[in-house]
Amino acid sequence: MRYVRDVAAVIRSKNAGPFELTFDLMFTDKQVFDEVRRSITPERIAELYRIPVEHVLKIVHFEPALAVKITIVRPRPSGSLGETDVYGAQQHAPLFELTF
Amino acid sequence: MEEIRVLSPTAILGYGFPVSSFEEGLRREPHVIAVDGGSTDPGPYYLGSGKSFTQRQAVKRDLRLLINAALDRRIPLIIGTGGGSGARPHVEWNWEIIREILAEEGRSARTAVIFSDIPKELVLEAIKQGRTAPCGPVPELTPEAVDSAVHLVAQMGAEPMITALEQGADIILAGRAYDPAAFAALPIMRGFDAGLALHMGKILECAAIAASPGSGSDCLFGRLGKDSFILEPLNPARKCTALSVAAHTLYEKSDPYILPGPGGTLDLSAAEFSELPAGCVEVRGTRFIRSPQYTVKLEGARAVGYRTVCIAGVRDPIMIGQIDAVLQAVRERVEDNFENIGDYFLHFRCYGKNGVMGELEPAPSPAHELGIVIECVAPSQDVADTICGIARSTLLHYGYPGRKSTAGNLAFPYSPSDFSVGQVFEFCVHHIMELDDPTGIFPLEWRVIE
Repeated sequence: MRYVRDVAAVIRSKNAGPFELTFDLMFTDKQVFDEVRRSITPERIAELYRIPVEHVLKIVHFEPALAVKITIVRPRPSGSLGETDVYGAQQHAPLFELTF
Repeated sequence: MEEIRVLSPTAILGYGFPVSSFEEGLRREPHVIAVDGGSTDPGPYYLGSGKSFTQRQAVKRDLRLLINAALDRRIPLIIGTGGGSGARPHVEWNWEIIREILAEEGRSARTAVIFSDIPKELVLEAIKQGRTAPCGPVPELTPEAVDSAVHLVAQMGAEPMITALEQGADIILAGRAYDPAAFAALPIMRGFDAGLALHMGKILECAAIAASPGSGSDCLFGRLGKDSFILEPLNPARKCTALSVAAHTLYEKSDPYILPGPGGTLDLSAAEFSELPAGCVEVRGTRFIRSPQYTVKLEGARAVGYRTVCIAGVRDPIMIGQIDAVLQAVRERVEDNFENIGDYFLHFRCYGKNGVMGELEPAPSPAHELGIVIECVAPSQDVADTICGIARSTLLHYGYPGRKSTAGNLAFPYSPSDFSVGQVFEFCVHHIMELDDPTGIFPLEWRVIE
């Protein structure tokens, strides 16, 4: 078992519009990318963020950037009452705990 | 024409750029200078309040360089999403800066100002006819949401900008616009492939963010040919790589292969990114798939009240050990004191515990010190001040079980401790609306300075 954080070049989060939060994991090695991407499932993301699995909207593998993109429903629309992160740029830390 | 050249000076008008990079770009004889003025990223306040999230002096500095360069070379300058959010007050704010620069520089120019505010009746009618749909995980659009919006805009495509170009605009100042539109308008007008033009615009709108190292405050140059486009950094400190450009395609969107926009979808499933010498990257294979029905994205924000915040720190280990119970007790005291004051939103944010991630935080165990932000949002500033103030004083002197630090529970970095921050807004419309005419709802006004 290895941590994704040890092999990923980029682990980031950002708003994808005011209602969605998107995570990018990027790799530099095709083989690692192929290995890791198989282990990233909606169920694991839901578990990591403790959200219902149907809130994991999309997981896309983007070959040209050796990237896995995960998009979830934002906990609340950007900037609405109770907001903690208007840009959504600091919501990625739990992904450091992903293993493969 | 074999090639069309587009100079993108900066990611957002007002973010700045090095003059040396800009001059490198001008040496390559661009056919158009285009710049994106806005974003929804800074949140609903700016669309709601009518204010820009960029600073006036910074926008004026950038614009003076852009206007002089464009007018000197008789090439158009196109500004998308003027004033940050693109509603009328934003556009007028931006126009005032342009007018001032033209006066100071003693220059004449024909500026096409294209507004993107959408009459509410039009949207209400569209709801009735079933011509609106949620954009992402949002509820169906309701007449109430439309009525409550302070500002309601639609993202224009390239079409209204093309009309302005055809009529000889020196400068185009657009309201809310699809980000790539300002960059793609001239290429599409000249008959270049819309898929490539829009994809190039999608990358250029963030300027050098797509280079490596990335920067939102530096220029990027685009050359669009018949079946590919080439991106070129203008600062020797940066280069574009296949990875940096492909990675940028992921930025701020949910699906990098399918990018919906006004009038159709950009399909990147066959896009190829290849590296050329001198830090350039060539992109080919992107396709624009026109949808049978033209659609635009609507954005609206409404006022929800007034906010007051108080910032304080806690270092006492006994209090930190029971922080949730302490905050809950304080909340109950406040509620008890002001039973009849009406609705308000009282919130305690605990930095050092779960201040950044809230309910998504997987490890909410407190650190040795906590930063607490007490916040109240209420229908009036007076009520927000009152509730925040009473929450602060109650927390300061609250006698929790086992308390040894009986002089006060909070460390305030500031006097005054509370800040009245004014009106608060939220997004209330984020929907798609069908449209029969891509230009009709975006009125064009000429502002001519002789």
